[in-house]
Amino acid sequence: MSTTVKNTATDRQDERLRSREGLRGAISDVVERARGGDLGVIPVVVGLIVIWSVLQILNPVFLSSANLVNLTLESAAVGVIALGIVCVLLVGQIDLSVGSVSGLSSAVLAVLFVSQGLPIWVAILGAVLMGAVVGWVYAQLFNRFGVPSFVISMAGLLAFLGLQLYVLGSKGSINLPFDSGLVNFAQLSFVPDWLSYTFAVVAAVWLFVSGYLHASERRRAGLSSKSTSMLAIRSAVLLAVLAFVVWYLGQTRGIGWMFVFFVGMVLVMHYLLSRTKWGRSVYAVGGNVEAARRAGINVKAVYTSVFVLCSSFAAVGGILAAARLAAANQSSGGGDINLNAIAAAVIGGTSLFGGRGTAFGALLGIIVIQSISSGLTLLNLDSSIRFVVTGVVLLLAVVVDSIARKSRTSHGRA
Amino acid sequence: MSSNQQSDNVLSLRGISKTFGAVAALTDIDLDVAAGQVVAIVGDNGAGKSTLVKILSGVHPPDSGKIVFDSKTVEIPTPAAAHRLGIATVYQDLALCENLNVIQNLFLGQELRPLRLNDVAMETRSWDLLRQLSAKIPSVRVPVASLSGGQRQTVAIARSLLGDPKVIILDEPTAALGVAQTAEVLNLVERLRERGLGVIMISHNMADVKAVADTVAVLRLGRNNGVFDVNDVSSEDIIAAITGATDNAVTQRQARRKEGLSS
Repeated sequence: MSTTVKNTATDRQDERLRSREGLRGAISDVVERARGGDLGVIPVVVGLIVIWSVLQILNPVFLSSANLVNLTLESAAVGVIALGIVCVLLVGQIDLSVGSVSGLSSAVLAVLFVSQGLPIWVAILGAVLMGAVVGWVYAQLFNRFGVPSFVISMAGLLAFLGLQLYVLGSKGSINLPFDSGLVNFAQLSFVPDWLSYTFAVVAAVWLFVSGYLHASERRRAGLSSKSTSMLAIRSAVLLAVLAFVVWYLGQTRGIGWMFVFFVGMVLVMHYLLSRTKWGRSVYAVGGNVEAARRAGINVKAVYTSVFVLCSSFAAVGGILAAARLAAANQSSGGGDINLNAIAAAVIGGTSLFGGRGTAFGALLGIIVIQSISSGLTLLNLDSSIRFVVTGVVLLLAVVVDSIARKSRTSHGRA
Repeated sequence: MSSNQQSDNVLSLRGISKTFGAVAALTDIDLDVAAGQVVAIVGDNGAGKSTLVKILSGVHPPDSGKIVFDSKTVEIPTPAAAHRLGIATVYQDLALCENLNVIQNLFLGQELRPLRLNDVAMETRSWDLLRQLSAKIPSVRVPVASLSGGQRQTVAIARSLLGDPKVIILDEPTAALGVAQTAEVLNLVERLRERGLGVIMISHNMADVKAVADTVAVLRLGRNNGVFDVNDVSSEDIIAAITGATDNAVTQRQARRKEGLSS
């Protein structure tokens, strides 16, 4: 081996590796990966562009600032639920009862807060705790008796709908007072412009600094690393996108705190899934349960944590939905919420086969779903057509997932 | 095996028996593995090879008998206990997660810094391990699904080395591999021996056994049926010990072929 090897990073020494550097290298990497079926977020971004263009042509109000602000607020509740679905899908399971659990959570919140007159935080805590207990029961049934999760959650779907109706009582609807902090939070509180821009700058700076520290740590360890200019370009692009979003939404009401809360949840889940041992074990269980078990991972604990997390997120989603509506009623959590949450996760690139997907998928997916729903509402089409269109989009997403999976297999990336 | 070698043995089994219901899977098995020695365990289907591996890796406890590891009598009740002692097992199906990359698979269940994964240290250590095995893996950031069978076997073996084991058990390491990949894995086994590990290799393939093993232990119907030094024994003798007779299907076949050739 000659001296060139010494100067090459440890992970770049194999002569079969084609080195790609700079911006052009990064772009050709993405193209190559997509050809190999590792699509990542490409389908959802393309889908979003198509959907937005079509809806904008059909109704020029669609891409208006006011409508987009509304869209972000509408997506928060189901988005949080979809985040839980992402976790369950990652371990290769499913929870079909998130809609019912969110409806029950709305009802529990309303009853504790309005009928029982307890402080709001006690009501919120009670509703979330209820969700956690539901998930724990699912996990016990799954771990102890080996009942398939879709059957457990289908039973839950019906049972918790019943419980929701029972909790709400004969009136069937409880209004939350408009002056309560929760309703105010969901309907009227927006991030001031200066703070929104600060968020954008902080995000971009943080992306650069963490990337830079990581790169220099890798350089010290003798591994290949991203160049500083690449990191700078990446941060600049992020800053430009965020600043544009903040500016455009700021034309009307701006960014709602509820949406910020949702994005915050996405970031937390992203960290947990990608940077912690727990996250690794979630992907491992989704990829190969037996391998995970032999590697010493407590598989049952992973399942339990995921089911509890999913139901808790469903409960949080129910609270947000109730706050947004300022009421809990018999149709809370009903209708298409269940399927929208699952569709959002799948459209966002989470595989139904387990072991593949990201928290950001929930964010992108829910924006697609809400765009369709909002656009069709603007067109004054009734829910019959909305259901059909959402169904078709979900089917398309699953087809793309399956095709990508085949392509991954044939390109050795399965 | 002579008694003066006893002290070198990193792992010794004495009188191991195991029954499943009415079936005696293993009866009075003795086995010795020294550091830097490759012991091949051969036997027909149902001879008890897998049961023996499972006893050593802590999946099944033996009914009776003594396991001496590092000159201490030990019990191996669970896979975790085997791991703690320093007995690593590479199963035939490798038990890798195809959706995770090489680093993630190597450190699965033993990640560094659980709450903020230390990717850099894990990647450096992965390269160290793979270099020690002279592994031909171009990148550790690709999903295991994209690796060949031999490369996957390498990853599985590298993972078992992570806990600095003293004994490593390979269950049919070449069963599903092509010619070149088999050679790669055999090289790997020799490198494990050079590092001073005791290697137990389960195999059906006489050529592989002759190629790398120092000692061949034959099991037949759950009993010891001879321990041979690989240099003093022919494949035919091993096969005779496996099948329990010099007159068996394999020798008859060869005899017929010889007749056919000479006539």
